[in-house]
This record gives sequence, C-alpha cells and structure tokens, in this order.
Amino acid sequence: MTAAEVKTGIDRPVARPRHDRVRLVLRTLSRSGVFLSGFAIILFWVCCALFGNYLVPYDPLASDIINALVPPSSAHWFGTDQLGRDVFSRVIVGSRDILVVAPAATLLATVIGSALGLCTGYFRGFVDDVVSRLMEAVMAIPGVILALLAIVSLGTSKVAVIVVIGLSFAPNIARTVRSAVMQERELDYVAAAHLRRESAVHVMFVEILPNVIPPILVESTVRLGYAIFAVATLSFIGFGIQPPSPDWGLSISTNYGMINGGFWWTVLFDALAIASVVIAVNLVADGVQGAFNER
Amino acid sequence: MRGRRTPARVIVISAFILKRLALSLVTLVLLSAIVFCVGQVLPGSVGRLLLGPFADHEAVEALNASLGLDRPLLVQYADWIWGFLRGDMGRSYMYEAPVQPFIVEALGNSLKLAAVAFVIVVPTAILGGVVAALNHNKPIDRIISIGGLTMTVLPEFVTGIILILVFGVWLKWLPISAAWPDGAGGFTQIHYLILPAMPLILVLFGYIARMARSGMIEALESDWTRTAVLKGLRWRTVIWRHVLRNALLPTITVIATQTGYLIGGLVVVETLFRYQGIGLLVFTAAKGKDIPMLLAGILVIGIVYTLATLIADLLCAVFDPRIRLGGRQ
Repeated sequence: MTAAEVKTGIDRPVARPRHDRVRLVLRTLSRSGVFLSGFAIILFWVCCALFGNYLVPYDPLASDIINALVPPSSAHWFGTDQLGRDVFSRVIVGSRDILVVAPAATLLATVIGSALGLCTGYFRGFVDDVVSRLMEAVMAIPGVILALLAIVSLGTSKVAVIVVIGLSFAPNIARTVRSAVMQERELDYVAAAHLRRESAVHVMFVEILPNVIPPILVESTVRLGYAIFAVATLSFIGFGIQPPSPDWGLSISTNYGMINGGFWWTVLFDALAIASVVIAVNLVADGVQGAFNER
Repeated sequence: MRGRRTPARVIVISAFILKRLALSLVTLVLLSAIVFCVGQVLPGSVGRLLLGPFADHEAVEALNASLGLDRPLLVQYADWIWGFLRGDMGRSYMYEAPVQPFIVEALGNSLKLAAVAFVIVVPTAILGGVVAALNHNKPIDRIISIGGLTMTVLPEFVTGIILILVFGVWLKWLPISAAWPDGAGGFTQIHYLILPAMPLILVLFGYIARMARSGMIEALESDWTRTAVLKGLRWRTVIWRHVLRNALLPTITVIATQTGYLIGGLVVVETLFRYQGIGLLVFTAAKGKDIPMLLAGILVIGIVYTLATLIADLLCAVFDPRIRLGGRQ
C-alpha cells in the first residue's frame, strides 16, 4: 500500500495509485501540441549534440584562414568565421556543452533545493527562519552577479559553472518544495507516520517526498530554461564554457565585435540556435505544468 | 481607500514599516557577509597577485600587511563595513585609486540606462497587459501574452545581437554602441541608449504585462466590478475607477522586484554595448581580480536592490488596505 492511497486529504478526495497518475500525465503530455513541439526541438538538438560530429560537413574546430569570413554559400551554408571555420558545423556541434552543463546544473539545484525545502517545510521554526533568511540574502544578489563573484573565486571550468548555477537556483526550488511540504505535512498520512514513531528523515524522504514530486518536476523544468539562459550568458561574458568549444554563447562573444563590418552570419545563427533551445525548454515546461495541473 | 487616520492605524502602519526596515537590514548584513566571505576564498594572496610571481616573499608580506590583510577576518569585515558606511569603499588594485568615484559614476550611467528602459517599458507593458485582459482569449491577447513570454525567456545578448543586426547594421536607424560623443545633449544620449535599453525592455515587458493582465482579469471577474456594472456606471468609469486601481497593485511589486533582474541584465547589456555602467564595472573588476572594486560594486548593487524591494513593499502597503489596516503580515 503506498502513501498516496492512505492519504485522506480533503483537497484530494480521489487518491489514485501512482502508476495511474503517471500514465494520465503522460497521456496529457502526448496530446499537448505545446509540449510536443518543444520536445521535438530539444530532441533535434540532443541528436546534434550526440551525433553532430558524424553529420557535419566540416571539422568545427579546423581553421582555414584563406576562406575566412566567407558569406553563406553552397560550400559553407552559414558562411565561415574569422578563422575560416565552418559556421554551420559549429552551430550543429555547438549544442553539446550547453546541453550537458545546463541540465547538470538543474539536477544539482533540484537535489539541493528539494532537500532544503523538505527540511525547512518539515521542521519550520528556527531551522526554517535561519535557512530562509540565508536563501533570501542569496536571492537578493542578481544571479549573474552571484555567478561572477563565485566563478572569479572558483576559476572557470564546466564544473564551476554547474556548481555555481546549481547553488544559485537551489533557493528557488527550495521555496517551491517548502510550500508544498507545508501543505503535505498537515495531512493524515504524515500524522500516521508520526504515530508509528517513524524518524524525521523517514517521514521527509519516504513519506512526503514522493507526494511533492509533481511541484519539484514542474519547478525543475522551469529552472532548466533559466539554466540554459544562465549558461549561455556566462559563456557570452567569458565566464562559462571556454574556447575552443564551438559553444553558441562563446561564438557570439568572439564574433560580435565585427558585427559592424556586416559579418552577420558569424553571430546570427548562434543567436537563433540559443533562442530555439530556450523557447523549446519553456514550451516543455508549459506542457508539464499544464499536465500536472489538469490532474 | 478613504478613512479616518486614527492613532491605532498609524501604529499599525509604523509597526509594518519598522518590521520591513528591520528585515531589509538583516538581508543587507547577510548579503555583505556573503560578499565578504566570497572575497576571502579568492585564490592566492593579494600581495602576490599585485607584485607578480617573481617578487620576494618579504615584499609580498609587507604589502599584505600594509593592505591590512594580515588582521583577523572579523576585524577586516568590520573595517570594510565601517569604511563603506563613511563612503570609503577601499582602493582599487587595478586603477590604484579610491573605488568610490568609479562606483558613483558607473551607478549614475546605469541608472540612466535603467531609467530609459523603465520609462519605455512600464507604460507599454501595462497598456499591453490591460489590452490583453480586455480581449481575454482573443487573438490579440494570445499575441501579447505568448509574444511577451517568448521575449522574456530569451537571453539579453541574443535579442541584443538580433536588434543590433536589424536596427543598427541593416536599417542603420540607431547607433550600435552606447558611447555617445563627448558633450552630447540629453536627447542625443537617449538616442544612443534606446538600442541598449531594448533587450532589457523585451525581458521586462513579458513579466509586467503578464502581471497587469492577470490582475486585470481577476478584477474584471470580481464581484465589485459586477456591482459597479449593475449599478449602471458607464463601462469607462468602471474600468478607470474600479478595475484599474485594484488590478495594478501587484504590478507595482513586480516592477520593483524586477530591479534585481535589471541589474543582472545590465552586466550583459553593458558588456555588449560597451557602456560604462555598474554592470560593466563589476564585470571588468571580476576579470581583472580587482577585489575591492568587485566587492564594493556588488554590495552597492545589493543595496539598490534591497531598497527597491523595500520601496515596493511600502508602496503596496500604502495602496493595499489589507496591509495598511494590518490584515496581512
């Protein structure tokens, strides 16, 4: 018997078995045009990240100075950059780093944020006050600034970017989880667990956690959008993914200085690629949110 | 909104304001402690950083001592805060000059840019939200809502690059750099600031319009609006007197909380357009490991943000009778 079946909360009179709920959510998602279109774009970029090296016409890192800054043509669909590297190949392969770093950072934020949210929501009182004030102070620093500060002290590396974005997004997830936990802990199944003299850790992670998965999932998908935003921005200002990676943000930062010369193809396609991924993740987040709310 | 100012109510309001002030103060102290701590974990000794790898050990130690870096951390922290309160923000390693004039000038520049962005975005976004709400679920609502949200999620440098290409390089309507010629008048400066302000405007538009829209829809569906309509008031009067007044309250809060975002966005936009604001200052300090400049810049940003949130809360308290009368908090 799962916790969900025991629960007799007034706000949820019908308790379905969990696999039924999962199926319902998946069915709603598979019928949502918003979700599917976002998912398709992400799938495309994931394929590019995985197999891009075998698909692209040129080596994305090979420079060819004689053919530098060639406008788009049949030989170079998106033209070449200042080192003569093929922009099309770079855009396709450029999805790789951001699609590793951003999800990893989101995962870290989700794990830390959920743990913090469970503790603050469950214990409340002193623990809640202290942790919440600290998190408010962290959230009072604009994200980019926080990242600058941290990356200057940690040095630039993919791991540093993951840690910094993961830690700075954790409070947002913690806040969502905290309010969900505060509602859950008033329900009878938690009281039952207390009567069974279960430990606090057991109640938090075995009883409550499975029931707050939906808000955690929704918040994480939303955060993934912000994480991509953040990774791209950090790479653009030179504190994220480092050369010679063909990363999009990095490519824009190395090429935008020549924009006045009319070499639009060196930045436009990277910008559009970032835009497509960010919008796709937000479409997916919208779809996920809708699917859970419908339940 | 109207009512007598009885002493009890004054006490409730002052208690609320005092509570909010105390909360802001706690946040600021924590923030300064975090900033200071991060400044401490920076790798290597400052003396070594300044003098280079070939300087002898004694010289490095002497420089560290003269910078006061050999004292206990708590003393250094207290000293830093005390200096900050007196307007002494330390000396920049990079420029070998006091930090404060740089911060003041950069903050002024950033405020100019932020002002241009706000002056354009607040009325248009509120108008957009109101129009969307009045045409709830019609095509124009969908265009404003979806378009606004799409722009909101795009990084500023992405929209910035596309805007530069379209308006700066292809159409040649606007200058692509924010550096106006020396001695330029106010209008020329604004002309130079429009393109840098656009990415910020696009991000903010979605947030503010969404708040204004949902506030409007809620107010339109409320009982008091129905009463006002059934009373036979003209639709225009209902909208202006009853709906807008209540609908725009949450919008004020959003506008103020977006100041924090705005400052983060400034780092990117100022870098992209080479504009000497606080964002570029902090960014350059971070690149050059100019710790006093970096810490001072970040603390100033934190203060501006905390003040903005405080003002938002107080404004809300002034406008919202539930808070004013002590119903909430």
